[in-house]
Amino acid sequence: MELDPTETFRQEASELLDSLETVLLDLGQTPQDRDLIDAAFRALHTIKGSGAMFGFDKVAAFTHDFETAFDLIRKGKIDANHDIVTVSLSARDYIRTLIEDPDSTDPIIGEAIVEELQRLIGAGPAAAKNAAPAAETAAEPAPGNPASAGWRIEIAFEPGILRNGTNPLVLLDDLRALGPCTVEADLGAVPVLEELDPETCLITWTVTLESACSQEEIEDVFMFVRDEMKLVIAPLAAGGQSGFGLDMSMPGDAAPATATAPVVEPEAAPAPAARAAAPAPAAPAPEKAELNRRAEDKGTTTVRVQAERLDELMDRVGELVIAQARLSQIAHSGTDLAIKAIAEEIERLASGLRDSTMGVRMVPMGSLFGRFRRLVHDLSRDLGKPVDFVTVGEDTEMDKTMIERLADPLVHLIRNAIDHGIENADDRARTAKSATGRIELAARYVGAQVLVTVQDDGAGLNTARIRAKAEENGLIAPGANLSEHEIHQFLFHPGFSTAKTISALSGRGVGMDVVKRTIEAMRGTIDLTTIPGHGSSVTLRLPLTLAIIDGLLIRVGEGRYIIPLSAVEECIELTAEAEARAKGRSFLNVRGDLVPFLRLRDVFDAEGQPDPHQKVIVTSIGDTRVGLVVDQIIGSHQTVIKSLSKLHSDVTMFSGATILGDGSAALILDVAQLVTLGQSRAENDRTPEAA
Amino acid sequence: MANILTVDDSPSVRQMIKLVLGPAGHNVVEAGDGSEGLAKAKAQSFDLVITDLNMPVMNGMQMIKALRALPAFMGTPIVFLTTESDDAVKQEAKAAGATGWITKPFKPEQLLAVVAKLVRA
Repeated sequence: MELDPTETFRQEASELLDSLETVLLDLGQTPQDRDLIDAAFRALHTIKGSGAMFGFDKVAAFTHDFETAFDLIRKGKIDANHDIVTVSLSARDYIRTLIEDPDSTDPIIGEAIVEELQRLIGAGPAAAKNAAPAAETAAEPAPGNPASAGWRIEIAFEPGILRNGTNPLVLLDDLRALGPCTVEADLGAVPVLEELDPETCLITWTVTLESACSQEEIEDVFMFVRDEMKLVIAPLAAGGQSGFGLDMSMPGDAAPATATAPVVEPEAAPAPAARAAAPAPAAPAPEKAELNRRAEDKGTTTVRVQAERLDELMDRVGELVIAQARLSQIAHSGTDLAIKAIAEEIERLASGLRDSTMGVRMVPMGSLFGRFRRLVHDLSRDLGKPVDFVTVGEDTEMDKTMIERLADPLVHLIRNAIDHGIENADDRARTAKSATGRIELAARYVGAQVLVTVQDDGAGLNTARIRAKAEENGLIAPGANLSEHEIHQFLFHPGFSTAKTISALSGRGVGMDVVKRTIEAMRGTIDLTTIPGHGSSVTLRLPLTLAIIDGLLIRVGEGRYIIPLSAVEECIELTAEAEARAKGRSFLNVRGDLVPFLRLRDVFDAEGQPDPHQKVIVTSIGDTRVGLVVDQIIGSHQTVIKSLSKLHSDVTMFSGATILGDGSAALILDVAQLVTLGQSRAENDRTPEAA
Repeated sequence: MANILTVDDSPSVRQMIKLVLGPAGHNVVEAGDGSEGLAKAKAQSFDLVITDLNMPVMNGMQMIKALRALPAFMGTPIVFLTTESDDAVKQEAKAAGATGWITKPFKPEQLLAVVAKLVRA
């Protein structure tokens, strides 16, 4: 499949611009970090270079000024400061539009950005301005020699030259291409056959070239080996050209500029001044560090596969897992040992394939976290609240689609944290907090789930105000007896906002309920905790993937259902004794804790007689537990999740369906919904008692 | 005509090389990093290797050294791509066994010129 080359450039540039943003933001915090400066320079350099190769001339031209600026910073001529970082961030955005939607760009904006940059750089030493044009003009060929009748060229390579893949014959051929040559080889240094090392080049040559070519053209022939040879080029003293004669000595020991300014190097030979300014020994070390660093950075972007292909692969694997379940079922119901062995082998392979396929879809959270740094930077500037943004667990991996769906909810949460959570500087000073607020975005694994937390060190939730607002909105009766945790749940109510004024950023009350719904649609949960005066934190608990889960297959009446194993805490038997103790109310004593339970037979209106030994599956969402009473626990099941049709989108109790080994379908229970249902029934059970 | 191995972690650069050298009659084989390049080099012989230096997994320097240790690659021209016009990098790569270099960004003509220089049809 051949992609449009410019499309490849776009994708690549987009990644480079993302990493540039990260680097610039880091640089804003540690302006002296050489690695970061180098990385920024490199990103700009590559964008400019590739842009020029792929015909994005505007991009190349615009990027040039910033590349120059970072080159100067890199060479220590000017310092990276906050202003330069800010203007570079705008430049980065402008480059992005230039690449993605050039028609929508306004050249005036671009010019303004460049002018701002020039102003900032202009403040630096005067050398700053001059270096760029010098580097540009250096590529111009040095004044060539007037055409002569020809040249006499003496060639002596270092003996090891053959080991570099250099073929002297090819070079002689190249000379011949310039004009008729007479080549004389001096074999004087070549030893006798017994002592001959075929990898050592001891022959020297003298070439008489009859050509009107310039000296540069001859030097170009040897461009790659210029440092590993002795080359003497002298014009042939012929018809009126004698003026140069022997004086035209060879630039063999000349400045490096001559040696490294071949045709393929439009940017070689930087102004000698610039070169001298950079301490020579210091150069290689950061270069190496950067090399390694870049290798690490690039680790995540080596294979490019279209997302649809991954989805397709996942679908296939899903079908394989279903087919394998059927095979296992048939094998185990028969007596053929050989088939059983094969079925087990295939089961093992299918589960391995499932894990690797899911692994391929996994993307580190870092790619998502990076986006928020810019958000925090801009918000903190707009709101005048300095904020330290800390991210933890960038390596935590999640399914790609999950990560994409997580972006919007996290934007809301981070905005809230800065806008509502972090106090303004005066308030912070009053409470003896540091003037700079802190927001931590963290991700970590907990079992088969990922925990994402957004934590701020602001004022914390004002429980009294939330309560007042809830009463005002008629959500609760005045004076109702609610725990703090229950009161905080009102924040997730549609249209609920306690913000005194509606800012452009948040406070319109359309955030948290959407966040909650999005997270729950991903089979995740959201929870809020707060310590007044010390900040609050929002915890998202998410499954690793949406495609295949480990499920517990159960039977209720005639129907079979799947409970996600990650929500299952334990399975116990509902003894007649326990039922008697419950006195008709649906509570179960689990080691001293009262856990409400739901009879799924009742919930699903199951027909027929219940099994004599009812089982309780204790499930939990966050800190809330609910027991689900079922007829039979069949066992664990690799559950390939198929979403329900639009027709069933308002069925809340099920989150999807799956196909079982015998080809029949089973619905997947939405445990979060059942827990809520169980809790609300428990409330009803409690209330009459309280009354 | 010539078998050319191009090793670069940037797909756009690989594609550029393929777009320029393919129509010129060369067979271009791509690899995304040094170790992939090395693996392909062991499976097939090449007339020229064009490699980036900064790559994940195995960088260009390491790959060049490893290639030069292979008997089949002792005399094969190896060209590296560099975004820097830094002599130190060039010296290091040459010491590792590289034959020449191409500075990024390059124009199609420049690439063709270098290939023509090192590969004899």
